[in-house]
Amino acid sequence: MATAFTPLRRTGRWVQEDRPAGLFKVSREAFTSDDVLALERERIFDKSWLFLGHGSELKQPNDYLTRRVGGRELIFNRDRKGEFHAFLNTCPHRGAIVAREKCGNALGFKCFYHGWSFNNNGKYATRTPPGVYPEGFGNDGSVDLARVPRIESYRDFFFVNYDPNAIGLHEYLAGAREVLDLVADHSPNGMEIIGGTQEYSIRANWKLLVENSFDGYHAMETHGTYFEYLMSVIGTSVNDDIAGMEDVSRGIDLGNGHAMIEGRAPWGRPIGRAIPAWGEDGKAEIDAIVTELTDRVGETRAHRIANRDRNMGIFPSLVINDIMAITVRTFYPEAPDLMNVSSWALAPVGESREARKRRLDNFLEFLGPGGFATPDDVEALESAQRGYAAAKFAPWNDISRGLLKEQPGGNDEAQMRAFWRAWAARMEDGK
Amino acid sequence: MSTATQFAPNPVATAQPARADYEDFLYHEAALLDEWRLDEWFALFAEGAIYEVPTAGAKDDVDSAEALFYVADDYGRLRHRVERLKKSGAHSEFPRSDSARLVSNVRILERGEAGDLVGCTFVTYRSKNDLTDVFFGHMLYRFTVIEGALRITDKRVMLDMNNLRPQGRISIIL
Repeated sequence: MATAFTPLRRTGRWVQEDRPAGLFKVSREAFTSDDVLALERERIFDKSWLFLGHGSELKQPNDYLTRRVGGRELIFNRDRKGEFHAFLNTCPHRGAIVAREKCGNALGFKCFYHGWSFNNNGKYATRTPPGVYPEGFGNDGSVDLARVPRIESYRDFFFVNYDPNAIGLHEYLAGAREVLDLVADHSPNGMEIIGGTQEYSIRANWKLLVENSFDGYHAMETHGTYFEYLMSVIGTSVNDDIAGMEDVSRGIDLGNGHAMIEGRAPWGRPIGRAIPAWGEDGKAEIDAIVTELTDRVGETRAHRIANRDRNMGIFPSLVINDIMAITVRTFYPEAPDLMNVSSWALAPVGESREARKRRLDNFLEFLGPGGFATPDDVEALESAQRGYAAAKFAPWNDISRGLLKEQPGGNDEAQMRAFWRAWAARMEDGK
Repeated sequence: MSTATQFAPNPVATAQPARADYEDFLYHEAALLDEWRLDEWFALFAEGAIYEVPTAGAKDDVDSAEALFYVADDYGRLRHRVERLKKSGAHSEFPRSDSARLVSNVRILERGEAGDLVGCTFVTYRSKNDLTDVFFGHMLYRFTVIEGALRITDKRVMLDMNNLRPQGRISIIL
């Protein structure tokens, strides 16, 4: 994949790689500079496919939701025929936000400022007395709601792109498609976003969360208190489990800056790995889920879906972690040292109340602002950001772990290097 | 600083506690959390109790089996939350943050067989790493009386905020 085409050495301003020497460095200026952020907005966020939402969030025709994506307020909606759209949520008249609720079902949108109205396919639909505007006003579409240049989907994951000339989503996703397939295949009934969004911010550069989201190396050190809890629930030795994990875990470059770690972790998985705490009933239900899965996708694939944990980053800032639950997480920099994060839980449509509860409990034990792990990640990221104030005297981050290995493991840093190479290609080489 | 002990609530003499009994209890609870006396705080809960923080903007009756929360602790997880916060490995709270909890607008909302439902509003300040975050909202408690003492069976913290920006985390107990 992409690795094969990357040069042996890179001597950029922000990213330096010396592959024969096994060294990979990232400048801390990349996390602190306003100029870097401005360039990222131009070369990365305005040219990449950005996660907009999941199809399950708009179940019916005329459903809509509003969301900030890539720094802009958007309306993500379905029209009367059920077609999906992405509009810039700003009135073509004088700019006010047109749809001001988080979500709803509406045939059209009306701006509260002067009352300009639009059908939910974006068409201008304001009634005005004759003579006020020239005849044929807006026939050229200039006073319709402005569309985001591109909207495409893969397996119900909807993305937008602000670059009309961008490559298609399918090609862009490259090896990440296979991983989205694995997630989408959890259920014969499709997948859905569970109600309740975790919206929070971290006072750190956004790329620190990219790295952290698929960083197997930090798990035992940062999250010891989570694993102590887990082992008390599961009743096995964490060391045995971690040893088994390392044998099968891998860091994988998925192309175009997407990457993942895949392995086997000690926690239970609602899709196929029961833990004693779930009891006989829980185990029986998990067995039935695995049987259905095996019948549907075959034994090898079912084993991968049920028993392997995956932390995937889709360039630049979408994370889909299929671990003790499935989290979909996206984030955007408001400043070099501040990002806004939105996280959701993804789950099979139609799972039982008991299964859904197990899944949500599993999610909350580790993930999110109140979990036993994520708050400590936030602390680590904010701590690193404060450390970068000393960049003049301590200028480089080291991302070399496992660079000399034929097959880097999940606790190496190959997946981060895949991200940084794509980042550098855009930021330093203008690709 | 005053100590929580001075505010320790009196045992409840009657089967029907008054609002003042609940106020004493809630002020005492807040002081225990401000002072990081977490074992004593945990002892205020009846066995099998739950502690929940739904996502900001959720409705009071939101169900933790149907929606994603920030916190949905059963008694076992709550015990672990307390044990974890006592360790230096709870990095987000090591060194410990400073905090102050204000509790107000205490009302008995319902007298029931399942115990009294008590509501209040709160503002909690948390200070760490030269930054101060504010959490605010209302709380819903279900109480029972065990051996003459009030005990919590259900504590639900409703954040009346748009989201957790900029707070970022709920690493303290609200």
